Amino acid sequence: MSVNADQVRHVAKLARIAMSDAEIAALVPELNAIIGWVDQLSEVDTEGVEPLTAVIDQKLRLRDDAVTDGDCRDAVLANAPDAEHGFFAVPKVIE
Amino acid sequence: MSLTSKTVAELRDGMSGGEFSAREVAEAFNAAVAGARALNAFTVETPEDALAAADAADASRGKGGSLAGIPLGIKDLFATSGVATTAGSNILKGFEPPYESTVSGNLRRAGAGMLGKLNMDEFAMGSSNETSAFGPVISPWKRNDGGNAALTPGGSSGGSAAAVAAGIVPGATGTDTGGSIRQPAAFTGISGIKPTYGRCSRWGIVSFASSLDQAGAMARTVRDCAILLEAMCGFDPKDSTSLDLPVPKWEAGLSSDLKGKRVGIPKEYRIDGVPAEINALWERGIEWLKDAGAEIVDISLPHTKYALPTYYIIAPAEASSNLARYDGVRYGLREIGEAGQGTALDGMYAATRAAGFGAEVKRRIMIGTYVLSAGFYDAYFNKAQKVRTLIKRDFAQAFEQCDVILTPTAPSAAFGIGEKMSDPLAMYLNDVFAVPASLAGLPAMSVPGGLDGLGLPLGLHVIGRELDEQGVLNAALAIEERAGFTHRAEKWW
Repeated sequence: MSVNADQVRHVAKLARIAMSDAEIAALVPELNAIIGWVDQLSEVDTEGVEPLTAVIDQKLRLRDDAVTDGDCRDAVLANAPDAEHGFFAVPKVIE
Repeated sequence: MSLTSKTVAELRDGMSGGEFSAREVAEAFNAAVAGARALNAFTVETPEDALAAADAADASRGKGGSLAGIPLGIKDLFATSGVATTAGSNILKGFEPPYESTVSGNLRRAGAGMLGKLNMDEFAMGSSNETSAFGPVISPWKRNDGGNAALTPGGSSGGSAAAVAAGIVPGATGTDTGGSIRQPAAFTGISGIKPTYGRCSRWGIVSFASSLDQAGAMARTVRDCAILLEAMCGFDPKDSTSLDLPVPKWEAGLSSDLKGKRVGIPKEYRIDGVPAEINALWERGIEWLKDAGAEIVDISLPHTKYALPTYYIIAPAEASSNLARYDGVRYGLREIGEAGQGTALDGMYAATRAAGFGAEVKRRIMIGTYVLSAGFYDAYFNKAQKVRTLIKRDFAQAFEQCDVILTPTAPSAAFGIGEKMSDPLAMYLNDVFAVPASLAGLPAMSVPGGLDGLGLPLGLHVIGRELDEQGVLNAALAIEERAGFTHRAEKWW
């Protein structure tokens, strides 16, 4: 399979990365080289093979549904680029 | 013998024996760090932290933990409370976590101090340290050809490798997703081990590819790796894939007597384009292990050639999902962007990520987003997970015939800064021998074997059964004792 500039632009939109037309154009051959290379997996017979979901067999543990953390609002907000009134602040979403 | 040329074990024993104080050790390494800035190995230096731990160790009079007064370098992927943690990325510049990663916290509880945070490829994505937002780490090693080319220490744990090789830290933490401990260890003539997936908690380690990421130890000797790894590992309820198992006494269990052990040599690891010197070192490694009493058996890992393409689907897919968190809202960089591209919020996300991520990280997020997108998920991601099952099965079948596997660590010695940056695929091939063990979650280690014709270190790679770090360490110890690798980079920095 291969990708064209429109598809790369769509992927960039899905990934929320702003890209100029020049950046898109540069990525098209790079991504195609990588996609062409990983395409060799299609020659492996995986009929009846289950996809790997856990590299080391183990059960997901459950813990008691209890509060174990919290009451640290200021510490959580300390690294925010913009925090107001005890919340993360973002650009206006609703006009 | 200067304090900075001692191993972790020698420092520990010297402090407990009263030969020198922890404060003297910390001061010596702080000075070495400050004198080696030309290597660009550190993103932050924390000399006060090392001194504070040293004073606590001296005050405890031998009653501190197993690493009392040992100053270490910490890869910048580990969250360190109140100390900048950037993962080598502009998008996290200025981030000071209010918490400590479990692994670095375990080291602190054992009494270790921190000399600083070590430079690395951005988000651990790279094999040469050149993708770091702080600029590349320079290897302490030079070729002996009379040229003065700056070489890469490998990556992504390149700062860790360069610092240990230069003797400015006695040991360091690394992380390994597809070879990021083992390849730089090989490039710089040091030892490095990644344990079984789940031995080290991932909590507080900046995520790259969660099903592969595993912390490990880098140091000058196999014994030091055992000492550090023992302190790093342990069950952590905060990581859902943490193994609820006791940590073995790996240092006490060290033995280079390999009688009764079988060492597998996988024929698929003989690949085109690998320098003859590397295959010759592999042959010497086989002889060393025979000399240690091991039996050599030929094995087959039939899906080896598919490991790298499998990795370059799974790792970017997981990365694209993990790195979605960098959105300019909760921490790190924020860019507002231009109006007219959706809502102001959407514009901020896209502008922040465009400004904050470097080219390789963007490339991998793009690949990952593509292979997970509608219509391609089955053809790429699901297919890769099926091949991963086959790769894991290959190892399980091979370990019916052998106890450990011996291969070269990397397909080349260290290369020059800038030599491979223009070709992402050529860079990815650095990890051709390291990635299969990562995909199978197995413990694996690089140990120095010798120098190539240009005077650069080459490593040998031991892969073990799940949970058999001891077998890996012991085979590596047998190699270390026979290789007699005492070479050090000549000081130019």
